[in-house]
Amino acid sequence: MAETVFCRPEALAKVHTHYCPGCTHGVIHRIVAEVVDELGVRERTIGIAPVGCSVLAYDYFTTDFQEASHGRAPAVATGIKRARPDLVVFSYQGDGDLASIGMGEIIHCANRGEKITVIFVNNAIYGMTGGQMAPTTLQGQVATTCPMGRDVALAGYPIRISELLSTLRTPAFIARASVHTPLMAVNAKAMIRRAFEYQIANACFSLVEVLSTCPTNWGIPPVEAAAWLEANMIPYYPLGIFKVPEKEDRAAKPMGA
Amino acid sequence: MAKKLMKGSEAIGEAAVQAGCKLFFGYPITPQNEIPEYMSHRLPQVGGTFVQAESEVAASNMIYGAAGSGERVFTSSSSPGISLMQEAISYIAGAELPVVLVNIMRAGPGLGGILPSQADYFQATKGGGHGDYRLLVLAPWSVQEAADLVQDAFDLADYYRNPVMVLGDGLIGQMMEPCEFKEGRVPCKPLPPKTWAATGCKGDRPTNIINSLYLDAKELEDHNQKLVAKYEAMKKDEVRFAEFNTGEKADLLIVAYGTVARVCVTAIEDLKAEGIAVSMVRPITLFPYPYEKVKEEAQKAKAVLVVELSTGQMIEDVRLAVEGRRPVHFYGRQGGMLISPEEIVAKAKSILAEAPAPPLKRETKREARNG
Ligand SMILES: Cc1ncc(C[n+]2csc(CCOP(=O)(O)OP(=O)(O)O)c2C)c(N)n1
Ligand code: SF4
Repeated sequence: MAETVFCRPEALAKVHTHYCPGCTHGVIHRIVAEVVDELGVRERTIGIAPVGCSVLAYDYFTTDFQEASHGRAPAVATGIKRARPDLVVFSYQGDGDLASIGMGEIIHCANRGEKITVIFVNNAIYGMTGGQMAPTTLQGQVATTCPMGRDVALAGYPIRISELLSTLRTPAFIARASVHTPLMAVNAKAMIRRAFEYQIANACFSLVEVLSTCPTNWGIPPVEAAAWLEANMIPYYPLGIFKVPEKEDRAAKPMGA
Repeated sequence: MAKKLMKGSEAIGEAAVQAGCKLFFGYPITPQNEIPEYMSHRLPQVGGTFVQAESEVAASNMIYGAAGSGERVFTSSSSPGISLMQEAISYIAGAELPVVLVNIMRAGPGLGGILPSQADYFQATKGGGHGDYRLLVLAPWSVQEAADLVQDAFDLADYYRNPVMVLGDGLIGQMMEPCEFKEGRVPCKPLPPKTWAATGCKGDRPTNIINSLYLDAKELEDHNQKLVAKYEAMKKDEVRFAEFNTGEKADLLIVAYGTVARVCVTAIEDLKAEGIAVSMVRPITLFPYPYEKVKEEAQKAKAVLVVELSTGQMIEDVRLAVEGRRPVHFYGRQGGMLISPEEIVAKAKSILAEAPAPPLKRETKREARNG
């Protein structure tokens, strides 16, 4: 009899997503679903969908979901987790959502050490609204609201969320990963799994920043988008673990440490 | 439980606990700080959770999250904080979640002042946030009534799956009065199981999604119409008011809500001693509004006087109720200035001195024609 070696995770709905070709939102969804399945927590997991391209995430997972307003997912997650500490709660947020309008909510949620998991998708742009500058848009990167490229004299430097959050004294698990190659995706999954495990052990707040492509609004074809991410984003957004609850120092460690 | 002397804010907090609410998320703002302070020590005693949020924006989104899980939850704030909560309130109404909000109003606009006011009537009853929605709004006039209405608010919120606001002025929060929590209180509405809550999709249960996004125009219109049906049911079943000195006929009808109505009672008694008959309708629900009752009593009087701690907000609903059949006058103070019985007596006398006799005959004819 044939053995199934690869199938759709139970936590992932049997539907087509609306994501553009070459967009890695779908890959990140799949990884989260696999982790939820592997940890056996689908029936007690609540996802929080953001405002952004992943606004319909509630249609793509087979867990209960709550839709948050723009940037407030960490506050919504706090409400759910405090009401029902037995549930596994994760938010899924873009960089405009988390690092711009929702900056206050994420910092305070992390600082309170809420036992939730944040999947932070950094694609260096506002995807859903059509390619405006995000707080994470790279220096010189063109966006519809910085047509000459991001001018750091006017807009400041792109915000490195993982580094910023790891300065907080409250114990947390904070890591940055990418999914633009299969190997990278495997590593990203290990990070996301670890993040959920910390939550399930009631250990700490956990956040995994995942670098993601937006070929549509970067204006480049999918394959080139992966190369662009590697060449431009990774030097500025180094991958690795920035903070673990067991240790207090916050120097970046190599992947897998 | 026996009657206890309680501060309004404490009574509000205790009422929530008595209603089985174990979750509070809030942010400090005067003049309601005693509510979060009370909850911060009281909730741990009953195994509950108190969180001081980083802002009202966050606090209101926390209650949105907690309500999504089906637990009873409440927050309190005062005017500027309630403004910041409008985003979440709109989402809560859109996603049909039961939450209880307490607004201890202070004077505005802007930072305004910290003294009592009723200037958030429009915000509370006409929307406040974006989109077509209504809050069920309850306005207590005493500490005991605040305690009772807060408990009812949780039942009404659960029953209608709608946010309920308890709208008080600074006096309600600060004053001390005897207050009693009766044993064995029966919920004021039947409480259906919360099968819609996002609590984990165990077994065969389809996933529950707490959401207010409808990208399909027809679907959203259907959702809007479903909400309208709910608001219509509230208008039919939930109108509450108190009446004072009403009878066959009056010289003047006063309409006032909250603590202002108490001052009006004193004024009405003083006027009675001088042979002037004044009746009063005190709306307890501001949405749904007691239009019918106000109309009925207005027609028994020569004129109507609306008294508010604002520049005139509820008066618009009174005018809608009266439909131009009687002159509607206004007396209000702002900025945290309070109204004395003497001011109301003086205003009532000046209205009656100039009030022409109502055009009873012509109206009777027109009504006969219409009838
Ligand atoms: C209060 C509010 N402001 C603005 C918007 C419009 N808006 C929708 S998505 C979005 C940005 C999303 O960008 P990001 O978080 O980077 O996610 P992405 O679409 O790139 O995945 C904005 C500004 C909104 N829905 N609500
Ligand atoms: S716009 Fe960008 S982020 Fe959004 S789905 Fe398309 S590629 Fe993905």
